[in-house]
Amino acid sequence: MIYMGIDIGSVCAKGAILQGDRLEKVILPTGWNIKETANLLKSTLLTQAGAREEDITRVVATGYGRVSIPYADKKVTEITCHARGAVYLNPNARTIVDIGGQDSKVISVDADGRVQDFVMNDKCAAGTGRFLQVMAHVLEVEVDELDQLARYDEAVTINAMCTVFAESEIISLLAQGTDKGAIAAGILSSISQRIQHLSSRISVLDQLIFTGGVSNSNVLRHMLSEKLKLEVHHHCDAQFAGAIGAALLAREICD
Amino acid sequence: MSERNTLPEIFESFADARKQGFLAAKAVKDAGKNLVGYYCTFTPVEVIMAAGAVPVGLCATSDETIPESEKVLPRNLCPLVKSSYGFAVTDKCPYFYFSDLIVGETTCDGKKKMYELLDEVKPTHILQLPNEGKSQRSLDYFREEVQSFKERLEKEFNVTITNEDLKKAIQLKNRQRETLKEFYNLMSLTPPPVSGLDIHKALYGSEFKFDKEAQIVEMQALTKQIYETYKVEGSKISENAPRILITGCTIAGATEKIITAIEENGGVVVTYENCFGTKAVEEMIDETLEPIDGIARKYLNTPCSVMSNNQDRLDKLSELITRFKVDGVVDVVLQACHTYNIEGFSVKRHVKEKHNLPYIALETDYASSDTGQLKTRLGAFIEML
Ligand code: SF4
Ligand code: SF4
Repeated sequence: MIYMGIDIGSVCAKGAILQGDRLEKVILPTGWNIKETANLLKSTLLTQAGAREEDITRVVATGYGRVSIPYADKKVTEITCHARGAVYLNPNARTIVDIGGQDSKVISVDADGRVQDFVMNDKCAAGTGRFLQVMAHVLEVEVDELDQLARYDEAVTINAMCTVFAESEIISLLAQGTDKGAIAAGILSSISQRIQHLSSRISVLDQLIFTGGVSNSNVLRHMLSEKLKLEVHHHCDAQFAGAIGAALLAREICD
Repeated sequence: MSERNTLPEIFESFADARKQGFLAAKAVKDAGKNLVGYYCTFTPVEVIMAAGAVPVGLCATSDETIPESEKVLPRNLCPLVKSSYGFAVTDKCPYFYFSDLIVGETTCDGKKKMYELLDEVKPTHILQLPNEGKSQRSLDYFREEVQSFKERLEKEFNVTITNEDLKKAIQLKNRQRETLKEFYNLMSLTPPPVSGLDIHKALYGSEFKFDKEAQIVEMQALTKQIYETYKVEGSKISENAPRILITGCTIAGATEKIITAIEENGGVVVTYENCFGTKAVEEMIDETLEPIDGIARKYLNTPCSVMSNNQDRLDKLSELITRFKVDGVVDVVLQACHTYNIEGFSVKRHVKEKHNLPYIALETDYASSDTGQLKTRLGAFIEML
């Protein structure tokens, strides 16, 4: 009896398998062909778990690519899956901040990982991984490098919320000779401000767990915890919260 | 007054459905009737009917003409206002095109300022609407507005509107309201007999039936047919489908994406507390009152967010939540609609604290770019229930 959760995000595709108490995880770049990626994810997971295709009891798909996975038995939104997975990773989690490639969200959950309330960013990319990507590109660094580069105490203020305007703001900051580290810190601070704004519409309770690819940034975690006046917890498997949640839901669903 | 009954030059370029609309409106004109276009639930259509004219709703629901309207109107404006203006200036709306007179009310800022510009395209009568629904002086004021509207129609169409004409129109509209109410009350059954999209389409479509008597007969037949089928065959909707109440700004056309997103995610919309749903229908006109008085009272009571205050909307929500056994509330705000956007806070508090029900607010426009996001949000909301 194995249960599979597949989380296809805009940047990374994550998979998790639950087999008794055993948990296996795989992460791959999403790439252009979602179906192919999803198949590769499945075969890699199976190899890692030493299991065969026939052993799979159920598959739940989530993430923005959830509709394109042919072998999924059920599709569940990333909000529900994230909540479930995050509480599995940290049973004390009551608030989840997730910054994904396309969107960011703040979810409030109960002890069983059930969603109580949630907010999501609007249409635009401000406050998402996409925003970081565009800004990192202007600084000619990778997103993961922003953290090292950032000079926390010297963060400049980036006024524009809109990705397009923020981009030109950064270009002119660079032209004025502003330190890259100060700009990098400014970019991260802008994200944390968006998240603060977003979470003002929901009750943020202790403990807060930060998930999504961006959650590896120490600087961002620090900024968030200052803004939200709450310790921001992180988990080394935070990126897998959605996939793990999907696998848990696959196990729970009774036929 | 422009007595128009020829088709516009661009007619041939239209798709079939729109051609049909043009032909239907032209038929009304060919039969020697006047058409009066209106945009809002506050319009006292009984007065139009009593003048022997045909009232037709003009509220636009697609983003097709928004680029055209943005040549004049600011971008940061409610899509309903922009699109309505766009249709008016491009000859693309059959009903505007054939209307002899347009009616508007001083409701939200966007609409009332847009009407000023509309008057340059076609004669537009403005009813001044007080903001406060519940006072005697508001009533006195609005009654006078209804009276001058009546006089304007008499003058424009060279007719005399008698109290008898008004009473007849009131009775007919009241009967139509009762019929619509019976129809949408079908959704209080568990499971609901049809989908919320079906109900919406029928209610919206019935707006464009010009013969009110025929509309009543058709609606009654449809209600009966749905109920009979339900009794024999049951419903395609699951008994466990979460029952959703939609409230807020008018939705139709482009914004049906919200209904679709709810129902594709396994929910069912059981009632609409908005302007193609219950808002215009729930309250009847008191037939025992002097007609103009009765009309003014009913319309002034419309629970719209442009009124201050709007406690009536909260009370109506409570009643609908009970009547339709609602599990969750979806509040729709069109971009840049301040009144509904701000009132969302009171609605949220009311729904959560008084009824302990989940609530979600969505801000959207007439574009389809947010369809995916809406699906995720509404999907998660329904998974929560
Ligand atoms: S929402 Fe208010 S302003 Fe808009 S059509 Fe309805 S009653 Fe009129
Ligand atoms: S949705 Fe709001 S802004 Fe738009 S016309 Fe209606 S009341 Fe006015």
